[in-house]
Amino acid sequence: MTTVPLLYEDSPPPQVAAGERIEADRSTRRPVLLFFHSAVVWLLVGSALGLVASLKFQFPDWLAGQALWTFGRVRTAHLNAVAYGWASMALVGVAVWMIPRLVRAPLHRPAAAMAAAVGWNLFLVLGIGAVLAGWTDGLEWLEIPFPIDAIVAVAGGLMAYSVLMTVARRRTKHFYVSVWYALAAMVWFPIIFVTANLPVWGGVGQAAVNWWYGHNALGLWITALSLATAYYLIPKVLGRPIRSYWLSLVGFWALAFFYSMNGIHHLIGGPVPTWLITVSITASVMMVIPVAATAVNFHTTMLGRFGTLRHSPTLAFVVAGAMIYTAVSLQGSAEALRTVNRVTHFTHFTVGHAHLGVYGFASMILFGAFYFIVPRLVNWEWPKPALIRWHFWLALSGIAVYFVSLTLGGWLEGARMLDAAVPFGDVVTATKPYLVARSVGGALMLAAHLVFAYHYWLMVRRRGPERAEPAWSEARAAA
Amino acid sequence: MNRYLVIFLGAVATVTFAFVVLIGLPEVQLAGVPAPAGLAPYTASQAEGRALYTSLGCYYCHSQQVRTPSFGSDSARGWGRASEPEDYVYDRPHLLGTMRTGPDLMNIGVRQPSRDWHYLHLYQPRAVAPFSVMPSFRFLFVLKDQAEMGDEIVTTPPGLVPAGKVVVAGPKARALVDYLLALKRDYDPHAVAGGAP
Repeated sequence: MTTVPLLYEDSPPPQVAAGERIEADRSTRRPVLLFFHSAVVWLLVGSALGLVASLKFQFPDWLAGQALWTFGRVRTAHLNAVAYGWASMALVGVAVWMIPRLVRAPLHRPAAAMAAAVGWNLFLVLGIGAVLAGWTDGLEWLEIPFPIDAIVAVAGGLMAYSVLMTVARRRTKHFYVSVWYALAAMVWFPIIFVTANLPVWGGVGQAAVNWWYGHNALGLWITALSLATAYYLIPKVLGRPIRSYWLSLVGFWALAFFYSMNGIHHLIGGPVPTWLITVSITASVMMVIPVAATAVNFHTTMLGRFGTLRHSPTLAFVVAGAMIYTAVSLQGSAEALRTVNRVTHFTHFTVGHAHLGVYGFASMILFGAFYFIVPRLVNWEWPKPALIRWHFWLALSGIAVYFVSLTLGGWLEGARMLDAAVPFGDVVTATKPYLVARSVGGALMLAAHLVFAYHYWLMVRRRGPERAEPAWSEARAAA
Repeated sequence: MNRYLVIFLGAVATVTFAFVVLIGLPEVQLAGVPAPAGLAPYTASQAEGRALYTSLGCYYCHSQQVRTPSFGSDSARGWGRASEPEDYVYDRPHLLGTMRTGPDLMNIGVRQPSRDWHYLHLYQPRAVAPFSVMPSFRFLFVLKDQAEMGDEIVTTPPGLVPAGKVVVAGPKARALVDYLLALKRDYDPHAVAGGAP
């Protein structure tokens, strides 16, 4: 194998680099595994809750005897478990693993990162428990009550301390683009989270705060960390540098500037000043710039190497996620236009879009990251490569069924809703077949997660057949 | 200045700029929006009902915002006039909502003023709207052999409850219906008590 000077003009000689990577991985092993174990558990909990919430549309009298299991609470528990449990903990785990490698310095105070993972879990258990018991702040994406939020603020602070100090002790002069995204995300998230949770907002102004936060939790946190991950893994697996440094720079700063102003497109047509909505629509359309820059960078790096997808599970997941990122972002820009939003606002169309983003884009990239990182943490190859194929196809078909059904159903719902001659009951009835399909999509995703979690468990217990070669490498040998 | 500081300060600057534009400026613009004369603050019972509405997550499926006629069929469906910031002066948390899996409730108290209808609808939505996918909130009610003094009895169609039983609205159901009936934004939002509009 040839060694490509991958990321830096100031890369050390290969033997030194290998030694530093081992040192970096050793420093991050325990905290990253703790974040990953937690993320896998939250993925199972969150997707099971999601399926229960979805099935309630088919069986509205099922589990109706207690407030605990009512749709409004289960749905909320699902969102918090997948967004703050699965996606956030997995993304932080990846960032903690990646940054020491990229700045050529071992993780500073791994114990602080461990404590952050423990605190984060405590926040989720108490917060989701509170929501199910009926104690909520009553704002979408911000339901977990104010006092419990303090726990995650402390955990986040410990995390940021460990990561920022690691970067401060870097041995590189140059920052790779993944480090920009990860660092910025760790600056952004505490700012938006603390600001939005301050108990000073009310009335329609609070709706603006709510959606400024809600969209930034996606844009400046989940998206930023997912892009950091993809920017690391695509060139790493291909052994080929990213196409254009300049494009990644444009993509980063345009995302920082425009994404942060997208939020109020959730209030189009609502009782807030029109100029405010127009600002957010403009920023949403301008998102085409960072998205196109990132897409060109990812996809032209892949160009001519698509054969690699057959023998790298990591790349299969990450490339699927990167392609979906392009699609979901362009869809989001279109959805912010008043003419489109008039139809799609208040419908299941939006729910389909949200899942395409957090699942099709972020989660697929995360799955790819797990397949790359975990063997390096536990010094064991994935024992059952066939399970990775099952995971991939179940997850991809699950999100496809989910997205297509809600997109069609949501559009029909919106079009009928706009026609005052269609009674509301007929609007609801028309959506029902699509909601059945949504449950099917959700069940496929849950099945994918059970396969993944079982394989992950085998992996960390170092069970199953011992394999000398990475999963799927037999495809390369055959070629 | 090194790259570390560029990223750090750049990140802080972009998010701060967004905060100033999207939150700071509207806060200034909307500061001191007067309470309309026709809108009363929530009573204790209505506030309790509102807290229950929030904790049960009703707002995930029901919006509380009526769009202008140029932007949808809201008013044509009888959901009321377009909402204004003044309508929300007493609302904490805001419950504008993002979904209309069920209809908008900004004026449900105007559209459906019957307590009895609300009780039955909450107890079993499909008893009044067969197409409905709304959860049953029967845990807010008590099934009794015989109603007692002061009980609010829910009128149920035959077959919904076992023979010889009556459904009585619990204190939470009463508060929730008090709140729903208070959702009446049929006043002039710009008419301020004792002053020029």
